Amino acid sequence: MKTNDSSRREFIAAGLLAGLTVAGCTSSSESNPFDSLADNQVKPSGEMVKLLGVNGEVIEVDKAFLKPVPDLPPISNEMARRGIAGKKFVMVIDLSRCKSVKACQTACNHAHQIHGGQNWIKVYPLQEAEHTAPYWQPTTCMHCDEPPCVKVCPVDATFKRQDGIVLIDSDRCIGCRFCMAACPYSTRVFNWEEIDLPKEVAEKPYSCETSVPQKKGTVGKCDFCPDMARKGELPHCVSACPNGVFMFGDMLEDTVTNGAETFRFSDLVKDKAGYRLMEDLGTKPSVYYLPPVNRNFPFENKEPQTETKKS
Amino acid sequence: MESIAKQKIIEDLLPQKFGKAGKIWVGALLVVCAIGFFAYCRQLSKGLVVTSMRDYASWGIYISNFVFFVAISLVGSLITAVLRLSDVHWSTPLTRIAEIIAVSAITFASIIIIVDMGRPDRFYNLFIHGRLQSPIVWDVIVITTYFFVSLLLLYFPMLPDLAILMKFKEKTGAGLNKMYSFLGSFWKNTPEQIHISEKAINLLSITIIPVAFAIHTVTSWLFATTYRPGWDSTNFGAYFISGAFLVGAGGVVVAMFVFRKAYHLEKYITDSHFDKMGKVLVLLALLYLYFNVNEFLVPAFKMKKPEEEHLLGLFTGEFAPVFWFAITTAMIIPILILLFKKGRKPLPAFVAGCLVVIGSWFKRYLIVTPTLLHPFLPMQDVPASYRHYFPSWEEWAIAIGSLAGALLIITIFARIFPIIPIQETITETEQHEHEKA
Repeated sequence: MKTNDSSRREFIAAGLLAGLTVAGCTSSSESNPFDSLADNQVKPSGEMVKLLGVNGEVIEVDKAFLKPVPDLPPISNEMARRGIAGKKFVMVIDLSRCKSVKACQTACNHAHQIHGGQNWIKVYPLQEAEHTAPYWQPTTCMHCDEPPCVKVCPVDATFKRQDGIVLIDSDRCIGCRFCMAACPYSTRVFNWEEIDLPKEVAEKPYSCETSVPQKKGTVGKCDFCPDMARKGELPHCVSACPNGVFMFGDMLEDTVTNGAETFRFSDLVKDKAGYRLMEDLGTKPSVYYLPPVNRNFPFENKEPQTETKKS
Repeated sequence: MESIAKQKIIEDLLPQKFGKAGKIWVGALLVVCAIGFFAYCRQLSKGLVVTSMRDYASWGIYISNFVFFVAISLVGSLITAVLRLSDVHWSTPLTRIAEIIAVSAITFASIIIIVDMGRPDRFYNLFIHGRLQSPIVWDVIVITTYFFVSLLLLYFPMLPDLAILMKFKEKTGAGLNKMYSFLGSFWKNTPEQIHISEKAINLLSITIIPVAFAIHTVTSWLFATTYRPGWDSTNFGAYFISGAFLVGAGGVVVAMFVFRKAYHLEKYITDSHFDKMGKVLVLLALLYLYFNVNEFLVPAFKMKKPEEEHLLGLFTGEFAPVFWFAITTAMIIPILILLFKKGRKPLPAFVAGCLVVIGSWFKRYLIVTPTLLHPFLPMQDVPASYRHYFPSWEEWAIAIGSLAGALLIITIFARIFPIIPIQETITETEQHEHEKA
């Protein structure tokens, strides 16, 4: 079952790669790699590869024509603002699996170059009431369908995309911090000072989809890693978690996965009584939580400085 | 009452050169402004990290100072428009004081909001990417409108005075004379001009009332449109406006006393003015107290879980000293002073006015920051310094510098223009004599 799964994923990945190679070549250069001249430069190896075509049909291409693309071509600001068509990204966080390893946080901070003690993912020790059980609650951006932050932004620097993701355009943000006041989940952080970044990162043009490089005087937050989604990969927090707490996927496909296991989203949320945070505020988050029942680990708070508080 | 001759009125009310005290005052204000400017330069180069604001307390005394400025600017509309339209004549000598307070305060409200921005270099984005759904854009629109209407309400009634000033070239100096003639040489005091000017002033007086309500209501919505305990309140618009009229009227009483002392205006700003403004202050303080009761006691009766932490922080916790200081100095003590006839004499009224202004400044701080330090989810995974807020020296320097800047505008205005309307005073004195005769 598992081998089947992984071979299918490789197959899709290869297809994506081929599609991109074709797209990249036709658009970027005048010389067509499929005309006779270009064919002369590449010798067919005779080894054929089956690929999934753009329209979903299976095609065969000589292996010699496959060129690896180091990274996706940078997408324009306009495309980043529009989002990926036909997707509705969703996350499920299983509280019964979290023991506050914070690998999610480390991976996220590393990928987005966040320093100075700030975090986009926070792991809260929570306890609803005196006699109820304490538990760990990791929070990302909720990517609300009624995002209060987007409502109040005066310059459309933070925006909601068709795939449900809420992003920030750090090249437009004026740093008024109204979105931070508006967000009830305290998910947004502000770059109070110049960020100490390696030169090659700092010089990169900002991309809304990678949220890198963060800029002084602007707001940052969890972005659901849409750059990874475009590559067909999972967000950094999801793949970093050793306990499979985070599951990411597409609501329209009704599938979420933590890399090792894949679930039907609707069944998972129904069977395990999933819920969203602060439903009463009407923000309609895209992040669902599974309650901390039948836990994999006992709750142990080793951080003495943070007392467990009610949510 | 002994009637004052026209010539005497003009002589008394012409702008005067700074004396020794005036020069020291202006010098001190300039120094404070310069320190504030220096602090702002540091902030520009290093970023907002020089402030004590962090991810939780993401707004601090810049924003509370902004709210304070917007609040105090509302008095322009109260004295000039509300009292003018209700045909109250005793307030005539106070109109220009109120209007210049309004103009300088709204100017510094705009400046301080830019100071608070992380990227002031992108201010133009508000115009090229502005979105009407954001309360900030509403604020930009109404504050700009209010600024220009206030400026016109300062300018139009001053036109006859400019004509008078131009006749005193030797006294005012050539430089100022040039400025007066640039601003007002077209004014010939013809009946047509007077008619047009009267009409314009009436129109502006009617316009400025809804605009004034809008600026402070929209400013309250910057908070009330969020979910946070302490801000999520339907009471906020009225609560802000009543507080704004209170602090503005307090500011006018303070300014009345200072100008009267500095320029020997006892004949024009009389004890009766203090008496009447004292009564206005009591009314406004009671009104604000009423809205405070609504704002705090109703949620405190229920003590909903998210509100509880915030309210206890104000009543008995971390913010209790500031909270009770603000309530007593901005409302309770001034009411107690001004309820009595003796309390409405110039000096006690001045003290009450000062208390109102100081208490109100701290009240604005309490509206902004404690709420931010009580988020829905507990503060977590942040450095220890993010959990508290006490303004850094740069923030104090910039905030105090902005207050000094507003005072400087008022001071320089009074040096250049008559702070009491000359022509209107003459007209009213003549009318008074007519009635007598």
